Amino acid sequence: MVKEYKTITSVTGPLIFLENTENIGYGEYVNINLSDGSLKRGQVLDTSGKRVVVQVFEGTRNIDKNAYVKFSGDVLKIPVSYDMLGRVFSGSGDPLDGGPKVIPEARLDINGLPINPYKRAPPHEFIQTGVSAIDGMNSLIRGQKLPIFSGSGLPHNQLALQIARQATVLDCTESFAVIFVAMGITEEEAKYFISDFEKTGALERGIVFLNLASDPSIERLIVPRIALTTAEFFAFNYDMHMLVIMTDMTNYCEALREIGSAREEVPGRRGYPGYMYTDLASIYERAGRIEGKNGSVTQVPILTMPGDDITHPIPDLSGYITEGQIIVSRDLQRKGIYPPIDVLPSLSRLMSKGIGKDRTREDHKSVSDQLYAAYAEGKDLRGIVSIVGKESLSKSDKLFLDFADDFEKRFVTQNSTENRGIADTLDIGWEILSKLPEDKLLRVSDELIGKYMRRFNNAPDKADQI
Amino acid sequence: MTCGVINLQNKGTIYRVSGPVVTATNIDAKMNELVRVGKEGLFGEVIEIDYDKTIIQVYEDTSLLKPGDEVTTTGMPLSVDLGPGLLGSIYDGVQRPLPKLSQLMGEFIKRGAESPGIDREKKWEFFPLKKKGDKVNFGEAIGYVNENEHTKHFIMSPPNISGEIVEILEKGSYSVEEVLCKLDNGALIKMYQRWPVKVPRPFKDKMIPNVPLVTGKRIIDVLFPLAKGGTAAIPGPFGSGKTVTQQQLAKWSDTKVVVYIGCGERGNEMIDVLTEFPKLVDPVTGGPLMDRTVLIANTSNMPVAAREASIYTGITIAEYYRDMGYDVSLMADSTSRWAEAMREISSRLEEMPGEEGYPAYLSSRLSSFYERAGIVLTLGGKIGSVTVIGAVSPPGGDFSEPVVQNTLRITKTFWALDSNLSQKRHFPSINWLESYSLYYDSLKEWFESKVSIDWDRTRSEAMEILQKEAELQEIVQLVGADALPPDQQFLLEVARMLREIFLQQDSYHEVDEFHSLKRQFSLLNAIIRFSRLGNNAIENGIEIDKILKLESRAEISKVRYRKDFENKIGSINETMSKEFKVLLGEE
Ligand SMILES: Nc1ncnc2c1ncn2[C@@H]1O[C@H](COP(=O)(O)OP(=O)(O)O)[C@@H](O)[C@H]1O
Ligand SMILES: [Mg+2]
Repeated sequence: MVKEYKTITSVTGPLIFLENTENIGYGEYVNINLSDGSLKRGQVLDTSGKRVVVQVFEGTRNIDKNAYVKFSGDVLKIPVSYDMLGRVFSGSGDPLDGGPKVIPEARLDINGLPINPYKRAPPHEFIQTGVSAIDGMNSLIRGQKLPIFSGSGLPHNQLALQIARQATVLDCTESFAVIFVAMGITEEEAKYFISDFEKTGALERGIVFLNLASDPSIERLIVPRIALTTAEFFAFNYDMHMLVIMTDMTNYCEALREIGSAREEVPGRRGYPGYMYTDLASIYERAGRIEGKNGSVTQVPILTMPGDDITHPIPDLSGYITEGQIIVSRDLQRKGIYPPIDVLPSLSRLMSKGIGKDRTREDHKSVSDQLYAAYAEGKDLRGIVSIVGKESLSKSDKLFLDFADDFEKRFVTQNSTENRGIADTLDIGWEILSKLPEDKLLRVSDELIGKYMRRFNNAPDKADQI
Repeated sequence: MTCGVINLQNKGTIYRVSGPVVTATNIDAKMNELVRVGKEGLFGEVIEIDYDKTIIQVYEDTSLLKPGDEVTTTGMPLSVDLGPGLLGSIYDGVQRPLPKLSQLMGEFIKRGAESPGIDREKKWEFFPLKKKGDKVNFGEAIGYVNENEHTKHFIMSPPNISGEIVEILEKGSYSVEEVLCKLDNGALIKMYQRWPVKVPRPFKDKMIPNVPLVTGKRIIDVLFPLAKGGTAAIPGPFGSGKTVTQQQLAKWSDTKVVVYIGCGERGNEMIDVLTEFPKLVDPVTGGPLMDRTVLIANTSNMPVAAREASIYTGITIAEYYRDMGYDVSLMADSTSRWAEAMREISSRLEEMPGEEGYPAYLSSRLSSFYERAGIVLTLGGKIGSVTVIGAVSPPGGDFSEPVVQNTLRITKTFWALDSNLSQKRHFPSINWLESYSLYYDSLKEWFESKVSIDWDRTRSEAMEILQKEAELQEIVQLVGADALPPDQQFLLEVARMLREIFLQQDSYHEVDEFHSLKRQFSLLNAIIRFSRLGNNAIENGIEIDKILKLESRAEISKVRYRKDFENKIGSINETMSKEFKVLLGEE
């Protein structure tokens, strides 16, 4: 039942306040008719007999006390249909590509519903991204939420596109689609994504939702929800495997903070709302697989860490919810390494479920653990060398020091168009490990060393470097 | 408590809705009373009464609730069903069985569903332990049912009921609703009882914890052991291993019952437990691991107000099995999410915020939760224990924040997770310099009498080496390892062995993931022997390189993976003795 009022009493930031309303529902979806004839949309944040608070997605500019506010009696629902594939929409879900409106197969609540944990199916299918630092060390699994933590000016977009282009599941021909969600990114960045999608044909099996830097900030709070509602529709009604790339979650969180401060809430850490964890979880937890259904939703959110600080609330709370993180590092970027993924603080929590015998290769976990341990040791030694010089290192320490360089230059480094298979990735790992003393390789069994590593041991440059 | 103090239902109306907090007017409700809100009768709890306004936290999504909607009291505080059928279950925060919810509403959780915590229809074979004319004390068992192959579930008189039996049913198959026993004072005993979750279940006496909870994890059992009936905190930044450690403890702890609470964390982690545990073997009984486990899931996308309920529901179930005379362990992952839920609700109530916005009662809530742990003499005269292990998720990994600090003031074991270790894939990434166990002194005797008389001596020696290593590392940073004298260089090598062989433990390796106390000790002892013999050799002028090349050293590093560990460690010790004799020219 629609109710209409012209009782706005105040407007602050992205909020409007109304009085003398009757029985408005919490979370109701609202249309606002401005006196200049334009239309804005919003949602109820607080409702009482005395006062109703509405957040306005398009911002409150030009709203005055003469505006009509229509309460829909329902939550925000969006039309969804199979025909959305190949289309470009705004942050509110309106077509931007000049095409027709979506003829709905269903109208769905953008907040979705929590999956009953009992009905979740454990994710276990390895997605090959063709990027060694991910596949070998932090594998992406279907149904996972694996964000990229980056910094401004780093090539996270390039990396995300490479993943979107190359991602395949070994031995699998099921249908797959990409949803791309832009939140507050520049038009140039958006063009970069869209033109790449067009070039590679990914757009035909993809959907784009765009909220650009010049678009209203509060709309950023709904665009990921619209996109995920769409993704769930395809995954669980059409058995499709959906990869949802969302960039930039930092802009999403800024919009959340804006609402919090307009409501004069007691802020949590660094001014972000105390409920930011819960709010982000309501987005990130919408990844996964469901028992008895074939489709899946995989999320790769991208966020830029303010000041490259991983303890900042945005990456921190994200890391607490997502199933790992891929860290893009400025240091590696400076060294000219692409992709500049720092594997040490990176993590894929679902990796162990998707790798190994019958999935990738029996040696996957051991090589990866050994590469981690050796690279960490080599990096520690770099610290020591910078103080006491290389001369004071033992023979074996020098090998570890060289290993760290090898790891970055041979294993991590690859071209942005190179699609490296998992077997190649693992072999490169063994090859660089073969230069280390065997008795220091505690993470790999003698059997695996015999099977995968010894063949590299004859490499000519080994002994004489010492 | 029997089922339901009958109270006139009282109706009022919603005045305001703000997120999970609903304000009602014209209602006569008690503090902490359970109420039903709106047309769908959503569950909520009274958390404040302010003149004519009653403030309620609602355990389900509040979308589209509106002023004027009805609110009804129930006359009861939030309570749980306690009876056979708890084991092997997975519940949401207010004890609704998740499998039942999925039968009612499919893969997604919609609101407004009602489903009792234990099945009212299922029949259980009852074996009486008492007869007509017998006296029944508070909390005493009148009989039992076999909840599963390995667990006798004692049917106890509720803690506030006692008397003389005037009637008791014979052995036979009954549902939980049937009256099994009538007492002379008119009290009735059924197979299940309800208990208000915020009230600790009473006991006769609390005792001093002096038996270790054996976990099979070397760094825990040897360096920082937890006692049965004790408390432990595992704080750590994201990705440092809180959840894996908790799940490992749920797998390997030697308790009869495990309650695992996923509080505000990932859905996939609950399903991990749910798919793995039925296939795993209970180290205590040999039955399926799921048969001793109760799961409570309030995942991060489920309603915030039910975070707190999930914690209380879990601890109440744990106390109930304790009352049967069992050892119970409870894992809560993560208590920070509960604290944040408190903060969110408190801020909606516009309470005066304390440190970091947390309410002033944060500390007292946390301590009254951990206080419910303990080893006790039960009302029924048995000895049972609840061990509580809480994960804490500090923002930015900073341990000085209020939830970590308040937790450390109460808990007696501290396993500090360290992201420097987890990034090197050193697992479990428990920092050996920062962690502590205040139980060790009262457990020492147990270890010395049950495992080895050398337990304490060997452990101290290992601790000392690790501490010295940390000091030496600072020097190495400045001058390089080559500048150190041979004995110190050797100490660094031994410390490395301790770290890489003893402290690290692979949770995904079938042998390494669990070591009995005997194995743990033998492994440590072998390394410490190597250290002593090596030091002696160095004093006698033997070069370090020669010592490090010994066969026995290489063998120690792989023995932890071997199924024939016991044989192998014996032969390693022999080889070691021989090799050192040869080095010293004694053979
Ligand atoms: N004991 C362990 N053995 C092996 N791997 C571990 C261990 N503990 C943690 N890990 C690894 O670290 C990841 C993160 O651990 P988790 O317990 O989920 O961290 P947290 O709960 O602290 O965020 C896991 O997915 C796993 O890959
Ligand atoms: Mg965790």
